[in-house]
Amino acid sequence: MGEVWTLAEFSHGKLSSVSYELLNRGKNLAEKLNTALASVVLGYNVKREYIDELIARGADKVYVVDDKNLENFLVEPYAKVLIALIKEYNPEIFLAAATTTGRTLMPYVAVKVRTGLTADCTVLDIEEGTGNLLQTRPAIGGNILATIKTPNTRPQMATVRPHSTKPALPDRNRTGEVIYKKFDEDVFLSKSKYLRFIKDESQQVSLQDAKIIVSGGRGLGRPENFKMIDELAELLGGAVGASREVVDRGWKPYPHQIGLSGKTVSPALYIAVGISGAIQHIAGMQTSENILAINKDPDAQIFKIANLGIVGDLNEILPLLIEKIKAYKKKEAV
Amino acid sequence: MKIVVPIKQVPETSNVKMDPKTGTMVREGVESIINPLDLYAIEEAIRLKEKSGGQVIVISMGPEKALEAIKEAIAMGCDDGVLLSDKKFAGSDTWATSCVLAHAIKKIGDFDLVICGERATDGDTGQVGPGIASFLDLPLSTFTSEIISIDEGKIQVRRLVEGGYEELELKLPAVLTVVKEISDPRLPTLRGKLRAKGVEIPVWGPQDIGVDEENIGLKGSPTRVVKIFTPKVTREGEMITVNDEKSLEEAVDKIMEFLIKKELI
Repeated sequence: MGEVWTLAEFSHGKLSSVSYELLNRGKNLAEKLNTALASVVLGYNVKREYIDELIARGADKVYVVDDKNLENFLVEPYAKVLIALIKEYNPEIFLAAATTTGRTLMPYVAVKVRTGLTADCTVLDIEEGTGNLLQTRPAIGGNILATIKTPNTRPQMATVRPHSTKPALPDRNRTGEVIYKKFDEDVFLSKSKYLRFIKDESQQVSLQDAKIIVSGGRGLGRPENFKMIDELAELLGGAVGASREVVDRGWKPYPHQIGLSGKTVSPALYIAVGISGAIQHIAGMQTSENILAINKDPDAQIFKIANLGIVGDLNEILPLLIEKIKAYKKKEAV
Repeated sequence: MKIVVPIKQVPETSNVKMDPKTGTMVREGVESIINPLDLYAIEEAIRLKEKSGGQVIVISMGPEKALEAIKEAIAMGCDDGVLLSDKKFAGSDTWATSCVLAHAIKKIGDFDLVICGERATDGDTGQVGPGIASFLDLPLSTFTSEIISIDEGKIQVRRLVEGGYEELELKLPAVLTVVKEISDPRLPTLRGKLRAKGVEIPVWGPQDIGVDEENIGLKGSPTRVVKIFTPKVTREGEMITVNDEKSLEEAVDKIMEFLIKKELI
């Protein structure tokens, strides 16, 4: 039986927590298949502490490819390295996060190794009897869930929706094997060149990383009212989202848009303010762990998926909420 | 500049109705449209052509009905179209679809760019654009939000990533998948519609594009759908109505209690 692999992902030099979520998923699958769990790390100047962290969080093995050419993500060299590793070790399952990197790299790799890939999975399990990976994912804007398998080819590849499970917790007593792999220069040849990263200053916390997202919609009435959303998000250490309508009106730039033509998010808490809950919006946030909705229309669709719904005027509710959170934090700080 | 834009015809899902008895999507009477995210790819291709000349060819794999989508793209300003339609294509997953589209693009030949929408709103995978790039061994920029420049066989692009943007330089020919931010799609004009009527759309099957039949349709697809079901979206939520000072206070206290209980604050 081949191993279960997860792709460790870096975000600006740091291992991102989605890497530990994948280990949590992988551990469960590897146990069911009675095989080893391994993480694959591609990068430059990969710190030993990162490798140790992956082992502490469940990896039995860590494959490391450390090369100057892998400093920034570029699909061609990353794909060539992964394809070579897959051919050498024949893993049974290979998981990556459904981030911009995972959703670019994995299809490129899957085509070349001629195997199946399932996008943006929210549930993974092993089929009894066959040992096949059962991959469940939302489709048609979240209106259906489809369970998919890759019966005849290996590895069975999937990208996994970030925040759809908890990160694996570290156990400092765990030990694991580290395998360093070297590749010839020609593997890194690429027809693309990385130029630069430009931080979006309007995203203090990136939407995909945020534990809490506060989103505003047309119900805010005026663009100035977004200041309350910004303030609430900042107080909660969260990110700011927006519905399509307000992005189209220019109240918030596109990178904040949640929904079918924007981002898909799955935070621990999604606060929808003045958002009616059009099906396109719901598609982008319905797998959030908790949903709090504030809207003046009691029939708004958003209330159907909310854990807590407040029907009322956001201009009254938000200022009082902000005030109470401030008071609470002050009290807690003492 | 020769640009190929692969598009998909999808059901109009903005007014999806669910059958309350079976819990499945009601497909009867649902209109078919160009995948809304493909419109940004079409628009960007037309703009590039308007700026520096050339040709935009729109291709689609699907039933004969997908001709409508191709005609609409031509009415917007694309020059030509090709429909990939054959029983043997049916049941293709993203691997097999990428394979068919890549073969068709290769047959069209001599292109500079392939521009795709980020994903289709029905399948929601976003895997076919990168899949085409992989089959054709071409450089790829996904989630592209801006084309910065094109010259001397190179294109500089900006792509939307977590927490910001990345800029890349790709050698042409290249494949881009684009997000909404890149353009504002135009509507088809009456003149465009008239022109589209007159444009002959060839229909290609597996033999026309020289694709191995082992690699297409259900037979060529590594994945299988095991089951499809309807998620339970309704939560047992609590609702509070604010209509005076007292209920306002209560509602906000309830939110605080919720945040504290769930350890979100």
